Amino acid sequence: MRVFVPISVGGWTRLFSRWDILAVLLILGLLVFLGEASRNLFEPLAELQRQPPSLDPRNLPEYAARTTLRMLIAMVLSLFFTFTYATLAAKSRSAERLLVPLLDILQSVPILGFISITVVFFMSLAPGRVLGAEFASIFAIFTSQAWNMAFSFYQSLRTVPIELEEAARNFRLSAWMRFWRLDVPFAMPQLIWNMMMSMSGSWFFVVASEAISVGNTTVTLPGVGSYIALAIERRNLAAVCWAIGTMLVVILIYDQVLFRPLVAWADRFRFEQEPGAPPPQSWVFDVLRRSRIIERLTQPVAGLWRLSLRRQKNDKAPAGALAKRAGRSLALLSAAVVFVLAAMTLWQLAQFAVEGLALRDVGVTMVLGFATLARVVVLIAVATLIWVPIGVWVGTRPRVANFMQPIAQFLAAFPANLLFPIVVSGIVAWQLNPNIWLSPLMILGTQWYILFNVIAGAAAIPAELRSVAVNLRVRGWLWWRRVALPAVLPYYVTGAITASGGSWNASIVAEVASWGDVHLHAEGLGAYIAEQTDAGDFHRIVLGIAVMSLFVVVINRVFWRPLYRYAERKFRLG
Amino acid sequence: MSAALLDVHELRQSFPRADGGEHLVLDGVELSLAQGQIVGLLGRTGSGKSTLLRLIAGLAQPSGGTVTYLGERVTGPAPGIAMVFQSFALFPWLTVLENVQLGLEALGLPDAEIRKRALAAIDLIGLDGYESAFPRELSGGMRQRVGFARALVVHPNILLMDEPFSALDVLTAETLRTDFLELWGDGKLPIKGVVLVTHNIEEAVLMCDRILLFSTNPGRIISEIAVDLQQPRNRLDPRFRDLVEKIYVAMTARTPTPIGTRLPTATINTVLPRVSANILAGLIETLAAAPYNGRADLPVIADELHLEVDDLFPVADALQLLRLAEIEGGDIKLTDTGKQFAEMGTDDRKRLFQRQLLNYVPLAAHIRHVLQERANHMAPKSRFFDELEDHMSAEDVELTLRAVIGWGRYAEVFAYDDDSGTFSLENPT
Repeated sequence: MRVFVPISVGGWTRLFSRWDILAVLLILGLLVFLGEASRNLFEPLAELQRQPPSLDPRNLPEYAARTTLRMLIAMVLSLFFTFTYATLAAKSRSAERLLVPLLDILQSVPILGFISITVVFFMSLAPGRVLGAEFASIFAIFTSQAWNMAFSFYQSLRTVPIELEEAARNFRLSAWMRFWRLDVPFAMPQLIWNMMMSMSGSWFFVVASEAISVGNTTVTLPGVGSYIALAIERRNLAAVCWAIGTMLVVILIYDQVLFRPLVAWADRFRFEQEPGAPPPQSWVFDVLRRSRIIERLTQPVAGLWRLSLRRQKNDKAPAGALAKRAGRSLALLSAAVVFVLAAMTLWQLAQFAVEGLALRDVGVTMVLGFATLARVVVLIAVATLIWVPIGVWVGTRPRVANFMQPIAQFLAAFPANLLFPIVVSGIVAWQLNPNIWLSPLMILGTQWYILFNVIAGAAAIPAELRSVAVNLRVRGWLWWRRVALPAVLPYYVTGAITASGGSWNASIVAEVASWGDVHLHAEGLGAYIAEQTDAGDFHRIVLGIAVMSLFVVVINRVFWRPLYRYAERKFRLG
Repeated sequence: MSAALLDVHELRQSFPRADGGEHLVLDGVELSLAQGQIVGLLGRTGSGKSTLLRLIAGLAQPSGGTVTYLGERVTGPAPGIAMVFQSFALFPWLTVLENVQLGLEALGLPDAEIRKRALAAIDLIGLDGYESAFPRELSGGMRQRVGFARALVVHPNILLMDEPFSALDVLTAETLRTDFLELWGDGKLPIKGVVLVTHNIEEAVLMCDRILLFSTNPGRIISEIAVDLQQPRNRLDPRFRDLVEKIYVAMTARTPTPIGTRLPTATINTVLPRVSANILAGLIETLAAAPYNGRADLPVIADELHLEVDDLFPVADALQLLRLAEIEGGDIKLTDTGKQFAEMGTDDRKRLFQRQLLNYVPLAAHIRHVLQERANHMAPKSRFFDELEDHMSAEDVELTLRAVIGWGRYAEVFAYDDDSGTFSLENPT
């Protein structure tokens, strides 16, 4: 399994550049714009209410199909976004400077925050209101999928081997042909791995994206997510179990029908063949590949496809001087546009803030941010203590590792809401402090990334190194200190970055939990955002989201990025 | 004689340096390729010969001068110039056939034509039966055959070869060379001229009609040697050997220095060859022992040790800098110090090496001096990096510092901690 860092770690030596500031401004501006728009559109839509879904398990197949479809559409959108955004960032030096920080900040924006402020906006866009709600839901799922895919694609494009690039230019491939023949194939294995991660991640937010409630607007779209929401509201334990079962089945089907064939197919795109690793197998892929009918059916499409690659006549490149001059005026123009945009955003921000926020609000959110930060730190530490030893143990035993991977993947997709019944009942029964005992929900879905990565790292320890350790009788604590921990450190850091980012995201779901009419609440920024969403206070929603993004970005830059570089430099094997 | 296929005039390539100056890679290069010729570009690493090839291919733009192909300025990848890469540069996700078809697809030819020409090229180059194989299933030699087929199938006028055989083992490389020369000699290749970049002297003499020798830093053509031997050429032919010897002499000739020092002397700004002390000791021992007894012909010893120019010359350079050997007329000869070194035990060797290092490598002496001056006997690497960067490219600074660190460690002149990037006088005790 390949390892991927979901934040920007390359290139820059400074902690923050002016491009980061610009990116922050643009995203804040977008949030404020959507928030403003939502506020104005708020009233007329307030009465929207659909017929409530039923808890009858017989509805579940239909619900599952609808949820699946939403996730697939979002995935297609994410792919489209990935191919355009990341390509632009990788091919244009001037675009790159803004687009990469932008992506870095975008993915620190809590996904549920997007839902809170976009739902009303989207519903106003569509004439039929259900369609608008569908848009909002799909957009929310999209935001949970797209960023890391785009990042992976961008990083792959930046590392296309120079000799292949030269060969492509020497044989005068057109830009379109180069993209499909070189860039996409090279990025494919990494991209598919990220698509799988994205799918898992989006399950986590399915509940929130299908049962949307902002202020007085409540929208429920038929789907597994809203089924779960209803089951929790009605305290129906049987329904919760049905939902878990359904999810399990859907995830299994996804794995067998979509991802496994993709992985098996993408194996040919792997640039280096790691020795010893058997090629991935998929029965669906084998069937598709061997089937005559499929071949017949796909032939015309494939033919057209090839034609599109070829049709482009590559004319002589535009004369150097002219292109350069055009490029310079274009750069000047875009700089001017960006400047105006930034100034306008700043103005809008100031207005928005003065209008609805007091300085005290900022102080409150900062304090709450530190509360959530403390939780994240403790949780990551605890997860590390638990999963690193287990991961090393599993990773050094290939058979166990093969068995564990799919399980961990399922667990990563497991929405925290499904554990609400147990956690809430437990806290109420023993009268525990929710500030402490709600916290584990935050890391429920994301701790597995630490496990995944440590397993991958331990599996990658060369057999010779392990033999040397055995030969020299390096055992016990010494073995951990000198062999295992240094070898898995780069992998661990990668996993921990993902886990930490995910935990912040999850805090919005996890710091408030309910089971029927019992509502528990922990002090923290996540709870703050969740509650302001319930209240429909867009000023404070935006403030909460902005502060949370700030925390995530600062922690990534100040802590994770240097640590990642250090680990890469010092401990990367081979 | 027909008109030149390719004309390179006054070609210059440079990159900006940290201190605002420029780092010159290629300077004043003149080259012309006539129909039916194979021209070799021979030089050591850093002589800019690969850069020149990329400029010809239109993969990079020169800082000055022109490349003219069939009377037209080359400003980008030109149709009719195809390249064979050192690392093969095959697309691992395409089969042999698809790899070969790639260039034709880019030309926008009809399907039938593409297939016909690709199969013909595969057949010509001896890849029959491998059409549906993926590159990773092939051996290095077969992969490079795909590289050749892919370049030939577009029927280029000029074939550019960037050290095409250097990633292959000796036997495979020889087979491929002979096959290529045979097809070329029989006129079966759809090409009119070849430019071959190599650092293998014998390969150049074996294949080329003309050989251009490149100097290092910056890359300039120092001499042009015509090879008038009949193909197929025999490596044991005395005239072949003479040419090889002549090239060795030319490539190791000293540039006359104004002060008239006998041997090239390092200044603090000299780019040092990165050669480990072990290899230095190894070559000294080999030279000191029979049958060389302190003096050897460079081609002979290169052959004996299976070293190519790029491997042997830096070692010879380093020995010469340290005054452990000297190079003259294509021969390498141990100095008296060098002979002493050969007979010593480990500790004495270190002491001798230390003396030579401090006397003849000013950078090492400088680092030690700075460390002694400082109260805590420590200095960051960046201090020296910045100092050197005013005179050479960042890449060369890194190489030079790595070289001096390696030698300094061996001689125990100073210690270096890579984690913190600091030099110090103290070795861990």
